Parts: sequence; structure tokens; C-alpha cells
Amino acid sequence: MDKNKIKALAEYVHNAEKDKKEILKITADLHPSLSIDEAYLVQEELIRQKLEDGHQIIGPKMGITSEAKMKQMDVDDPIYGYVFDNMIVEEGDSISISDYIHPKVEPEIGFILGKDLEGPGVTTLDVLRATEHVFPAIEIIDSRYENFNFTLPDVIADNTSAAGAVFGTYLRKPEELELDVVGVTLSINGEVQSLGAGAAVLDHPAKSIARLANMLSKKGEKVKAGQPILSGGITAAVRLSPGDFVSAKYGGLGDVSFFVKE
Amino acid sequence: MKTDYTTNTADHANHLNEARSKKEGVRPITELDPDISVEEAYKIQLHTIERNVQSGQRITGKKIGLTSKVMQEALGVDEPDYGHLLDGMQVKNGGTISLDRVLQPKVEGEIAFILKRDLEGPGVTALDVLKATDAVVPALEIIDSRIKDWKITLADTVADNASSGLYLLGEIPTKIEDIDLKQMGMALYKNGILQNTGVGAAALGDPARCVAWLANKLSRYGITLKAGEVILSGALSSAVEAGPGDHFYAKFAGLEEVRVSFDEYEER
Repeated sequence: MDKNKIKALAEYVHNAEKDKKEILKITADLHPSLSIDEAYLVQEELIRQKLEDGHQIIGPKMGITSEAKMKQMDVDDPIYGYVFDNMIVEEGDSISISDYIHPKVEPEIGFILGKDLEGPGVTTLDVLRATEHVFPAIEIIDSRYENFNFTLPDVIADNTSAAGAVFGTYLRKPEELELDVVGVTLSINGEVQSLGAGAAVLDHPAKSIARLANMLSKKGEKVKAGQPILSGGITAAVRLSPGDFVSAKYGGLGDVSFFVKE
Repeated sequence: MKTDYTTNTADHANHLNEARSKKEGVRPITELDPDISVEEAYKIQLHTIERNVQSGQRITGKKIGLTSKVMQEALGVDEPDYGHLLDGMQVKNGGTISLDRVLQPKVEGEIAFILKRDLEGPGVTALDVLKATDAVVPALEIIDSRIKDWKITLADTVADNASSGLYLLGEIPTKIEDIDLKQMGMALYKNGILQNTGVGAAALGDPARCVAWLANKLSRYGITLKAGEVILSGALSSAVEAGPGDHFYAKFAGLEEVRVSFDEYEER
């Protein structure tokens, strides 16, 4: 794929995000043969465009981290994208549904590393030893594609549907918790909509960070200390509507909530 | 207790028992008798339990089923059901189950309550349950159905002792004040591979609430939950099918692991 094509495809998804208008997936018509490697090139170009627009990277995020989702997409690896400063929602604040296309939420466990992690060969234990804090988080995903209908390369090119992140403020040391059995419930207006435990993320949320470090090492990059990292959705994603009070609770790791308005 | 049985009650109980003797699932009772009510189904259950007690088994406790939104929706009901636990159903933690003890088993991870005081409804609340609880232990329930292919309606499963099979308990008791039951996570593994995850709140929002429901439900029949009884409070995730040679374990936040294996071959 030549540079102009990459640029055009990145602009295609970027414009959809800026205009809050859903688009047909890239592989439908524009570029049916888009490979995973090409998709990451489109994502890199998209990120470059966002940086050029004056936005800052807050930290990486993982996607397709459950066995069920990986099977459904027929892949062996999770995927990654980036959360930007304009996506951050403060805990307890409101979002406007009109700022998104068709947003959904997923509860996740966030990591903050005390030192950089460079792959290959990073293990779950390496991650736990390098982790300064874990914290509760809700990710807002908003695929720019019609009806969340996409192939794996499509969603990679779309920055893995990243649209928002609400970081909780209940920080814990990783050794204070068994992260794989942190029980999580996601409620809308007080009613539990989805639930699960940490192991839903690749058997252990720290394993997700290890996979990120090892994937990034292929590009000569590392996972940086101090950045909040989203490790992947623990429960099924839940669609948002105006008037929703979204609240997620985490066993031994506090809770996070926010409101949705028109 | 004395129950007024109609001929049908005994017939239906015998029908289910045929599955045990033939080692093959039978037709749903609701196919033989479409008008059967849930109340009648509980009578069939009691009839079988009384016969088991007469033949020397001891009631060790109760189990609560249909505690998740998903299961209640699947059967089109808005409340749980319950069955009886007998001493002959208990398996040692880490034990191996011979295949002749089960028909079409599935495994669920649950919290078991062990009571230190009697609980008598009506009006029992989740807080009452916690006050009357000596300790909780992690549990695996091996549910099973005497109905072919699990083709059950609410009345079918109630008559069949709420699809009970076998159960096993962890050995380390945990005091109720040392654990956050609602947010306690659980991960269920089969042959080392994660099958699903759950959390205490999956059971009616709070496992203690399930036990309160049971105490209140039983009060309608004049039955009290007794100190020392074990109560399996309901699955924290969906049941996973078990086959020959399968090995299961469940991890619970703050509690020990519980494990069970199934024999590879039927013993001759």
C-alpha cells in the first residue's frame, strides 16, 4: 500500500470521528484486502494526524482481549490503540451523547507502570513487578463503522474504536489484589447490565499488558512508565442512551461512574 | 413432614427415577402432564427426597437455582427455585466423580452458606441471612438433569430436585465480615482453559439475597432453614458441560480454589 493510500484511509476514519458520522468499513469497498500490518500503518497515520491537530496521547488501550472475542474474530492476538487527551472524561462528569456516534461502555482495569517495559519476552510477572498502581476505569468505545460491523483490520485502522476513558481514582498496588478474580459489575441507572471477573481479559489483566509490550517491541517501541493503560473490557460492552447513569464496581478496587446527557 | 400425594405425584417421581435406573434421560414431565403446576412439581421433588431419607440418606441442606437474569429469562420465570442436598450427593474437594453417578452433568461455581442459627421466614432479609451465617465456603455444584437433553421447563426442573446432581465444598470457612460477597469475582476453568467469569452479584444481585428468598419461600411450607445446613446460593456464571476425563477448578477472590475431575471411563 502506498503512502497516499494510507493517508487517504486514515483521513476516511478520522473524518468520520470528527464529523460523528458512521462510515462503511474500509474492507467493504475502499480496500478489501487491508491486512493487519497495513491496518496498523493506517492507525499510525491517524495518530500522526491527531497529534498534528494538537491532541496528546494519554496512553495505550487494549482490545479483543477475551477468548470469546478472539475466537469470533478468528485471531490469536489482541489489538491496541491509543487514548487521547480529548477523550478523557472526569469521574462523576457528564458526556453528551451527541459527541459520539453510537457509544458503548466497558469496565476495565487500568495499569500505571513504575518503569518502562520493553519486549519481546515480557511476562505477566514482569508486568506485575513493573506496575506501580492499578485502578478502575470505564472505556467508551464508539466504532466509526456502521453498526459496529468491522473486520479486525478495520477496527485496528479505527484506533480500536477508542472514544473515551473515565479513570477512577481508587489506586491500589497490584499485590493487594488478585486481579484475575476482581469481580466487576456494570450498571445503568442502578440495574446490573453485564458482569464478569478480571480473568475475562486473557486469563489475567496483567497478561494483556505483557502482550502489548511484546507487540509494540516489533515496532521498536515500549510501554512507558507513568501512562495510564487500559487492559481490555472485562464484561460485554453496553450501549449508552441519554439519561443513563453509568456505574461500574470492582471487588477491592472501588468504583467509577458518570452521566450521559442529550 | 407429611405430604398429601396424589397418584400422579408418585408416578411422576417414578418416571424421573427411571432415568436413574436406566442411566438415560427421560421425557419431560410437562410432556406427559402439560397441566402440571410448580406447586405440584415441588410435591414430586419432596416425594423423591422423602423416599431417599427413608432409605437412609440425610438432608445436608438446600440449593437455590435460577438465580441469574439469564437463566430466569431462558425459562421465562421471575423467581429462583430450590432443591434439596443429600449427604450422598457430596463429593470431596479435589475428588473424582465416577461416570455412573451422573447423566449429563454441568459444573457451576457458587458460594455456599453454612448457617449458625435457624432462619425462619417470612420477612427474612439479606441482613438477617448474614447475621445467621456461620461462614461461607466456595463450592462447585455438578448440576444434572434426569430429563433428556435438558429439555426442561420450570416445573420439570423443580420436580427433578432443581436439577441437582452432586456438590463439593471448600474446606476453609470464611467469616462473612471478611469478604465482599457482591463484588467477589470468580473464574471457572475446564482442563486449564478459562470457560467464563462471574461475580457474586450474578446471583440476584447478592448471594445473601438468594438465601433470604429461600427462607421466605420455605416458610410457605412450614419449613425452617436449620443451623448447620449448607445452602448453595446460586451459580455465579453459566454452567459448563462436563465429559469423561474433564477436570474443573474455580477460583474465587479471597477464598480457596475448589476442584473436581470426572473419570475417564465408565467403571464396569
